[in-house]
Amino acid sequence: MIQVAYLIPIFPLVGFLILSLLNKRLSKGVAGIIACGALLASFCIALGIFMNMDGKAVEVPLMDWIKAAGFTANFSFLIDPLSSIFLLIITGVGFLIHVYSVGYMHDDENHNIFFSYLNLFVFFMLMLVMGSSYILMFVGWEGVGLCSYLLIGFWFKNKSYNDAAKKAFIMNRIGDLGFLIGMILIFKTFGSTDYKTVFSAVNGFNSSSGVITAITLLLFIGAMGKSAQIPLYTWLPDAMAGPTPVSALIHAATMVTAGIYMVARSGLLYALSPVSMTVVAITGLITALFAATIALTQNDIKKVLAYSTVSQLGYMFLGLGVGAFSASVFHVMTHAFFKALLFLGAGSVIHGLSGEQDIRKMGGLKKSMPVTYMTFLLATLAIAGVPPFSGFFSKDEILGAAYAASPVYWVIGVITAMMTAFYMFRLLFLVFFGEFRGDHSIHAHESPKVMTVPLMVLAFLSTVGGFLGIPKSLGGNNAIEKFLEPVFQKAQSQPSLAGGSEAPEIVLMVITVLLAAVSIWYAYKKYVQEKEVPAAEGTKLPALQNTLYHKYYVDEIYSAVITKPLDKVSGFLESIIESKFIDNIVNKIGTAVEWVGGWLRQLQTGNVDFYIFAMVVGIVLMLFFKMM
Amino acid sequence: MAQDYLQRYLFLILGFFGVLSALMVVFTKNPVHSVLYLVLTFFAIAGEYILLNAQFIAIVNIIVYAGAIMVLFLFVIMLLNLNKETEPHKNPYLKFAAVITGGLLLIVLVGSLKMADTTAVATPFQGYKGVIKNLADVLFTQFLLPFEISSILFLAAMVGAVMLGKKDIK
Amino acid sequence: MQEIVKGIPLNWFIILSGILFSIGVMGVLFRRNAIIIFMSIELMLNAVNLLLVAFSAKWGDASGQVFVFFTMAVAAAEIAVGLAILVVMYRNTKSTDIDVLNKLKG
Repeated sequence: MIQVAYLIPIFPLVGFLILSLLNKRLSKGVAGIIACGALLASFCIALGIFMNMDGKAVEVPLMDWIKAAGFTANFSFLIDPLSSIFLLIITGVGFLIHVYSVGYMHDDENHNIFFSYLNLFVFFMLMLVMGSSYILMFVGWEGVGLCSYLLIGFWFKNKSYNDAAKKAFIMNRIGDLGFLIGMILIFKTFGSTDYKTVFSAVNGFNSSSGVITAITLLLFIGAMGKSAQIPLYTWLPDAMAGPTPVSALIHAATMVTAGIYMVARSGLLYALSPVSMTVVAITGLITALFAATIALTQNDIKKVLAYSTVSQLGYMFLGLGVGAFSASVFHVMTHAFFKALLFLGAGSVIHGLSGEQDIRKMGGLKKSMPVTYMTFLLATLAIAGVPPFSGFFSKDEILGAAYAASPVYWVIGVITAMMTAFYMFRLLFLVFFGEFRGDHSIHAHESPKVMTVPLMVLAFLSTVGGFLGIPKSLGGNNAIEKFLEPVFQKAQSQPSLAGGSEAPEIVLMVITVLLAAVSIWYAYKKYVQEKEVPAAEGTKLPALQNTLYHKYYVDEIYSAVITKPLDKVSGFLESIIESKFIDNIVNKIGTAVEWVGGWLRQLQTGNVDFYIFAMVVGIVLMLFFKMM
Repeated sequence: MAQDYLQRYLFLILGFFGVLSALMVVFTKNPVHSVLYLVLTFFAIAGEYILLNAQFIAIVNIIVYAGAIMVLFLFVIMLLNLNKETEPHKNPYLKFAAVITGGLLLIVLVGSLKMADTTAVATPFQGYKGVIKNLADVLFTQFLLPFEISSILFLAAMVGAVMLGKKDIK
Repeated sequence: MQEIVKGIPLNWFIILSGILFSIGVMGVLFRRNAIIIFMSIELMLNAVNLLLVAFSAKWGDASGQVFVFFTMAVAAAEIAVGLAILVVMYRNTKSTDIDVLNKLKG
C-alpha cells in the first residue's frame, strides 16, 4: 500500500487541473463531486497506509529532481507514523470540509474555481507533510501560502478582503525568509536537505552547538509566520475575510499546523538545542496568553475563533518546546476536529442568518438551529478541556509536560485554559441562548443536510478522539504516543529533556478541570442569568477592555513602525532612483542602438559594385585568417 | 635531357601568353576586343591541359568555351550594340582599391596553397591510349547520377533563358 | 645533377592558377559593364579548372577531370541564364551598367 503513496497528492492535483481548466463548462454538481471524490480517494489510500503502518519510516522515491553540482534533491516521499497521522487529518477533515462547502458555496458564482483552489491547497499541504527533504517541504510550504492568498481573497471584488489576503501572504513570506536561511544553513552543515541525511548526521553535534541553535531558531521563524505566533500573528484574524470553509480548512486544521509539523519533524535538531526549545516554549506560551486575552472581548464570531486558534497553536508550540512532541501532535489532531467543527458551525450560523457575523445581533438560535447548536456545544466542551472530550486529554498532556519543565509554564497555561473556557462559552451563550437580538426580518433556519452531516461527523470525532491518547495515569495505554514513538524516540532521549514525574499528574488534571468549570460557571452567570450583552459599537469602554478590544493596537503599531517608513523609502526610490537613473539608462541604450543602426544602414548602398567588393574583401580576410 | 626542359619552356610560354591575354581582357575598353582576348586565353589554357595529358579536357574546353560560350557573348554584344563610347567609367579610387584587393587575393591564395608538395606532376605526356577510356569509366560509373542530373540542369537553364528573353506579346 | 626532376613542378601550376584567378577578381571589381564582369567570372572558372586538372594529373585520379567536365557544363548553363538576365536588364534600363540597379538602397 505504501508504494502507491504517490497517488495521494495526485488525486487533488488532478482535481485542481480539471476544475480550473474546465471551469466554465462544468456544472456545480459535477465540480463538487470531482473535488470531494478526489479527497475521498486520497483519504482511502491514507487510511490504508495508516492501517499498515508498523512504525518504520519508508521512503517512496519518485524521480530525480535537482542534480546540481554539490546539491541533489530527490522528489521522494517519506511515510512514517508522523506523516501518516497528518495525512489522515488533512484528507479526512479536508474531505468533510469539501462536502460542507458544496452546501455553503452553492450560490456563489465562482463555485468551481473555489473547489479548484481547495484541491490545489490540499495537494500542496500533502506535499508539505509527505516530502522527504526540507526543500520538498518548502515547496509545499510556499504552495499553501499561495493557496491561502487565493482563498482569503476569494471574494476579490472587496478591497479589504484583498488587503487581508496580501497581509497574510506577506507575513508568511517574512517567516519564509527565516525558513530559507535555516535551510541553507542545513545544507551548508550537513551537505543535503534530506531528512535521512540530516537526522543521521545529528550525532556528530553536541548540545549547545551554535550552528544547530541557529538553524532551529531560523526554522522557528518560518513556523512563526506560518502558524501565527507572536510577532507574525496579525494576519490570521484578518484572514477571516475568506469564506468560512477556508477558515476551517486552512486556518484551523491544516495550514497553520504546518509549523508544528516542521518542528516536530525536526525534533532531533531541536532536542539538541535547549536554547531553541526554550524560545519555542516561551513564544508559544506568551502567544497563547496574549491571544486568549484578546478573544475575551471580540464580537465577531469568526474573530473569536481566530484568536482562539492562535492561542491553541501557542499551546502546541509550548508542548513542542518542553519536549512533549507526541502530545503536541495529539493536540493538532484533536484541535483539527473541534476547531474545524467550530468554524463550520459558525459558518452554518452565518449561512442561516444570511451573512450576519456580529454576535451582539445573534441569540436564541438554540431552537431554530438545533443540529448546529448541539455540535457547537460538543466542540466548545472539547476546546474548554472538559473530560471526557478530546480536548481534555490532549491539553492536559501538554500541561503535564509543561509542569515537568517548569511550574511557571503550567500556571500560565492553566490561566490561559481558564480564559479559553470563558470566552468559548461566552460565544456559545451569546449566540445560542437567550432571545434573538438581531434584525427580526431575518428568519434563522437550519442548514441543509450537506452541511450538517459533516458537522455531526466532526462532533463525533471531537467527542471520542481523545480516547486515542488516554494517559497512563488514568489507566489507558496512550495509543497515540506509542504510535509516534519510533519517530520521537531519539529526540526524546536527548539528555536535555529528562522527563518529569508522573505522580502529580492526576492532581494537575483535577485542578485544571475544576478551574475550567469555574470559568464556565462564571460565563453562564454573566451571559445567561444576568443576560449581559457586550457593548454596542462605539460606546466608550473602560481602558483595559478598550485595549483588549482593539487587539492591543498591534496592527496600528506595525503600520506606524514598519509599513509607513517602508512606504516612504519605496516612494523615494521610485521617484529618484527609478525615474532618474534606471529609466534614463534604458532610454539611452535604446537611443544608442538606434544610432548604431543608422550608421550600419549606410552599408546597404544598393550598389552591386560595392557588394561585390565587400564580398571579395571578406573572402580575402577569411583566407587570411585561415592561413594563420 | 632537353626534352625534360621542353615541357617547362612550353609551360612558361603558354602561361605567359595566358596571363597577358587575361590582363588584356580586363583592361580593354572595347567589349568585342575583350571577348577575343578571352578566346586567346582559352587557347593558352587548353595548351596547358595538353601538357598535363588531359587532351579530352583541352578539346572540350575549346569546343564548349571558345566555340559556344564566347559566340554567345558576341551575339549578346552585337544585340546590345555595345562599343567603346558607351562604356561606363568607374571611380579611380575604386579602381585602385580593386587592384590592391586583387593583389592581396593572389598573395593569400598562393600562400595558402603552397603547402602542396613540390614533386613533379605525374605522367605528363605519356602516350594517348587510355585517357578517354579512363575518363569514361569514371564518369559513367561513379558519377552517373550527377551526369543525369546535369541534363536536367540544362533543361532548366534553357527554359529559364527562353522565359527571360521572351518579349511580352501585346 | 641526377635529381633534375622531370616534369613541371606543381607549384608552378598553383601560381599560374592563382594569377589567373586574381586577374578574374580584378576584372570583376574593375569594370562596370556587366558583360565584362561575366567574362571575368569565366576566367576565374577556368583558373580553377586548370588547378583541378593539375592535381588530378598528380594523383592519377580521373575524378578531377570529371569534375572539370561538370564545372564546364554548369558554367555553360549559368552563362545562358546570366546573359538572358542581362538582356532583360538592358531592355528595362537601356544600359548594361550595374550601378543602375540600386533600388535596394537602404
